Amino acid sequence: MSAPTVTDGATRASVPAAPRKPKRRVGRGLLWAFSALVAFWLVAPALVVIPLSFTDKQSLAFPPTGWSTRWYENFFSDPTWAASLWSSIQVGLLTTVVATVVGTAAALGLARLGPRGQTLARGALMAPIIVPVIVVAVGTYALFLRFRLLGTLPGFVAAHTVLALPFVIIPVSASLAGLDRRLQDAAAICGANRWAVLRQITLPLVAPGILSGALFAFVTSFDEVVISLFIQSPYLRTLPVQMYGSITRDTDPTIAAAATMILVITTSLVVVASAVALRRIKHAR
Amino acid sequence: MSVSASPPLPAAAAPPPGRTRRGLRNGSLFLPAAVLLAAFFLAPLAVMVVRAFTDPQTGLQNFSWFFGDAVQVDVLIRTFRTALIVTVVCALLAYPYAYLMTVVGPLGLAVLTLLVLVPFWTSLMVRTFAWVILLQDTGVVNDVLGFFGLGPVQLIRTTTGVVIGMSQILLPFMVMPLYAVMRGIDRRLLQASSGLGAKPLTTFVKVWLPLSLPGLAAGALMVFISSLGFYVTPALLGSPDTALVSQQIFTQVNGLLEWGRGGAMGVIVLVMTLVLLAVSAGALRLLGGQRPEGRA
Repeated sequence: MSAPTVTDGATRASVPAAPRKPKRRVGRGLLWAFSALVAFWLVAPALVVIPLSFTDKQSLAFPPTGWSTRWYENFFSDPTWAASLWSSIQVGLLTTVVATVVGTAAALGLARLGPRGQTLARGALMAPIIVPVIVVAVGTYALFLRFRLLGTLPGFVAAHTVLALPFVIIPVSASLAGLDRRLQDAAAICGANRWAVLRQITLPLVAPGILSGALFAFVTSFDEVVISLFIQSPYLRTLPVQMYGSITRDTDPTIAAAATMILVITTSLVVVASAVALRRIKHAR
Repeated sequence: MSVSASPPLPAAAAPPPGRTRRGLRNGSLFLPAAVLLAAFFLAPLAVMVVRAFTDPQTGLQNFSWFFGDAVQVDVLIRTFRTALIVTVVCALLAYPYAYLMTVVGPLGLAVLTLLVLVPFWTSLMVRTFAWVILLQDTGVVNDVLGFFGLGPVQLIRTTTGVVIGMSQILLPFMVMPLYAVMRGIDRRLLQASSGLGAKPLTTFVKVWLPLSLPGLAAGALMVFISSLGFYVTPALLGSPDTALVSQQIFTQVNGLLEWGRGGAMGVIVLVMTLVLLAVSAGALRLLGGQRPEGRA
């Protein structure tokens, strides 16, 4: 590379490196092709559950040869499948409420700490993402066995909330970081007490962060398998646990119908949450 | 880990009047989270550690059983090997992808980000089930291999199948920190390097690679640690013959009611995780110290 030398330092680095040489363009093309393959590898496999759920045969052969909606009918008429969906929704919604309230409070507390305290507290609050879930699951099982929380709604909600908290704290903290503190000060000068400032200024401004946190909390709970496998009982079993059992036990395409519904629900929630988060970032700039 | 999502606070902390009262208020904001974490995260960990050393009686017998049993040691080695392979596969796939994210326009970036985020949040059960379908003996992957005259290969119930599923599921954990670090690299350094006569390959090896190393390290750490404790995917794509530590824990506790042994294995996984975190935190600090100042 000799012809175009360094541009003057004033131009920003984000100027796209213009493909000046054909060799470079080939390189970029290869990079795109490779990344497209990676994206395909990331996205495509999960999609096989959709056609499979409409198969007309009692088999998990893919691709299906005939079509029907009987596995959806089966899902909603089978008491165990329908009950597990209902349990998952209940646990998910309650977890969302608890994790969002508790996580938002913690994020507000974090924002008021000094840099050192913040690193420490953040580390403690994020720990549940880093420690292997299987380890937490065994301990939770022992504890729940002792305190008779196995297969109970409060038990599920408490266990899921701990896992969901980091996913509330991250977006709410990011929202708070983009907040103009002068607005809160202005409100305080105008005579608003702390509670009024929080309710009328801070919370509305970080609402997008709270909303995306709430959605992520629901998805975390709706998806959780490992701890749920340990703390389930025949009376309370969430949808992923039911699916786990079904995969190990039988070849019943009802599970594909369940998987398709989960896929649609979680994907739309995540797309909404990401859109909200992206809009917030744009506004903050 | 909040690698990607925590921009630094703009203004410094607020002025300090009334420190004690404020401290109290802060405390009450953290209180619910602290109580929940103590009761449903720390307490379970503590119970497991205590069980490991006291069940059935006080002592180290659970640990000596583990390290004295060739089967368990094999499982531990297999877990490490699998985690290592998964980490390498993820790194090879994620590195070019994350690099592309740093050079495309805003629309391209949004698309590439979404393509990583959506699978990241797609149900683990759904993705694992999809792999069970694809990798089964008469599945699509074997059909394709057969078309090229390469099949059939047994994929499900083998370590290969486990690696395929795990590396696909864990790939976002590698892409996100890599991108977060690469985004911060000052591209003028590349221009400077080529301006001084370095070939593109030299620029890559001597400038880009070292600067992106913290991201690679963070991603590798996330993937490796997650692999060590992964349960659902290896359990459904593997077999008892390809079991990883997490499956052994499940069997000991849920199947055999051997709380002490299961707890001991949990302690081993936990300690390995913490050691890895400590080592890499030290390494990152070292890297960060040497690193020529990239950010503007």
